[in-house]
Formats: sequence, C-alpha cells, structure tokens
Amino acid sequence: MPSTPFNWFKYSSPATFYGLAGKLLPWFAIGSLGLFAAALYVGFFLAPTDFQQGESYRVIFIHVAAAWMSMFLYLLMAGYAALGLIFNTRLSAMMAQAIAPTGALFTFIALWTGALWGRPTWGTYWVWDARLTSELILLFLYVGFIALQASIEDPRRADRAGAVLAIVGAINVPIIYFSVQWWNTLHQGASVSLTRAPSMASIMLTGMLLMVFACWFYAIAVVLMRVRAIILERERSAAWVSDRLAGEQP
Amino acid sequence: MNWGSLENFLHMGGYGAYVWGSYAVTAALLVAEVAWLRARRRTILQRLGLIERSSPHESNETSA
Repeated sequence: MPSTPFNWFKYSSPATFYGLAGKLLPWFAIGSLGLFAAALYVGFFLAPTDFQQGESYRVIFIHVAAAWMSMFLYLLMAGYAALGLIFNTRLSAMMAQAIAPTGALFTFIALWTGALWGRPTWGTYWVWDARLTSELILLFLYVGFIALQASIEDPRRADRAGAVLAIVGAINVPIIYFSVQWWNTLHQGASVSLTRAPSMASIMLTGMLLMVFACWFYAIAVVLMRVRAIILERERSAAWVSDRLAGEQP
Repeated sequence: MNWGSLENFLHMGGYGAYVWGSYAVTAALLVAEVAWLRARRRTILQRLGLIERSSPHESNETSA
C-alpha cells in the first residue's frame, strides 16, 4: 500500500482546522457571490414566463434551494453531532454547532418564500399540511438544538445533549422529503428527482441548480466563519491561540 | 426574457410583492448573518486583547 503524503487526521484538531478554514473561506465567499449573480441572471433574465403561474413562479429558484439546504444542512449537522458523540472529537461537535444557525436560517427562508409563493398560487400563506408542518418542525428542531446547547454551561455536556437531540430529530428529514407522497397535500410533488427526468424546462432547472450551488458555497463560507469563532471562544486559553493570532491580521 | 422597462421588471406581472418580498428578505438575512459573524469575531479578538477596542481603524471596519 503506498503511503499517502497528506495526513487528513491532522485536520481533526481545532488548531489546525482553524488555519485551513481561514484559507478556504475567501474562495467559498467569492464563489458564492459569483454563483448568486449567475443564478439570479438565469432566473430573472433567461428563464421565460411560466404559462400557468406567470411571473410568480420565479420564487421557485430561492424557495427550492433554501428547502434543500434546510434538509441537507440538518443531516450534515446530525452527522457531525454523531461523530462527536461516538469518537468524542471536539471539532465535530463544534461543526454541528456552527451549522445549526445557518440551517435554521435556510429553513426560515424556505417557509417564508413558500408562504409568499403559496398566496398567489394556492390562495393562502399557510396550511397545516404534511409538507409545511414537517418543515416547521425542522425549524423547531434547529432552534431547540441551539437553545439546548446554550442552556448547558459545560460545553462537552452541551455537545452530548445537543447531539442526542440532533440525531433523534434526523427522522424528520425523510418525513419532510416523502411527505408529498405519503399524505394528501396541497404542496406539489418533487419537480426534480434522481430517478426520472425533471418535469421543468431545462433553463429553469439550470437557474435552480445554480441557486443551490450558490447557497452551498454561502453555507460553507458562513459555517467556516462560525466554526472559527467557536474554536477561538472555546480554545481561548490554549497557547496556540495567542501564538497563532499574534501575527495575524483581524 | 426581455422585461422592456425597469417598471415591468419590478412589477413582475403583478406578483412583484411576492417575488421581491421573497428575494429581499432572503438577501437581508444572508447579509445580516455575515455581518453578525464579523462582529462576533471582532468581539472575541477584542476580548483576547489581540485588537484595540476603539481605534479609528477598527471603527472604519465596523461601518463596512
């Protein structure tokens, strides 16, 4: 077996990851700006008017991207929380903590844009149907995770309690995803699926996928920013912090 | 998609409030999250004594 020159485990230490995150951050920030610009250009200037919904359908680009992000980020958060719980690694728990507020933000955006899209297309901002209710529960899970961690003084105990909540709550993600198939709901089924051709014009699909990538880059950038802040807050007594930051520009 | 005029673009075929209400709130929240994280980092660095509390250079950065 050839020996690998690159040691991945090195980056499971908060001190090393802090530097790596700082190097990656500007690339994701710039990438996200470029992708947002491209997504908005395709969504507003290339995509044609929908023959059924008129211009109101243009909410789709941000709505679907935010809804996907809300679910992806939850699974990522639960995955890091599980790693932290199993291997007792500090950085995994910090990552879970760093993802939660951004996940909550995208969940709120999905609900908000859904309400504003629902009004002209369904005639109502809100209905208590399976898709909307399970997405609202997702928001409560994120908020519950953040509140639980904030309420426990000892960070390692807070990590463990939060991890249990995050892992148990992960059951809600498949419920959201399949809710449109399992229950009779006002919400439409998936427009894009892995198993069949998408039921939308390819230029609309392009705009939506660009928006998803823009949101991913944005989420990675802010999660790296937040995990760097968390690392500094938690490790402030460690010698590496003052050593490292002495020569760094704020 | 040719909108013809800025007015048409903002009007969004009568759905302006819904479409722009979605995108404006999203943009505001994303910008706020970044601003909040920058402030958080500055607070930590100040507490660690790594940057000055209220030098003119720092107050410039706050407004950026």
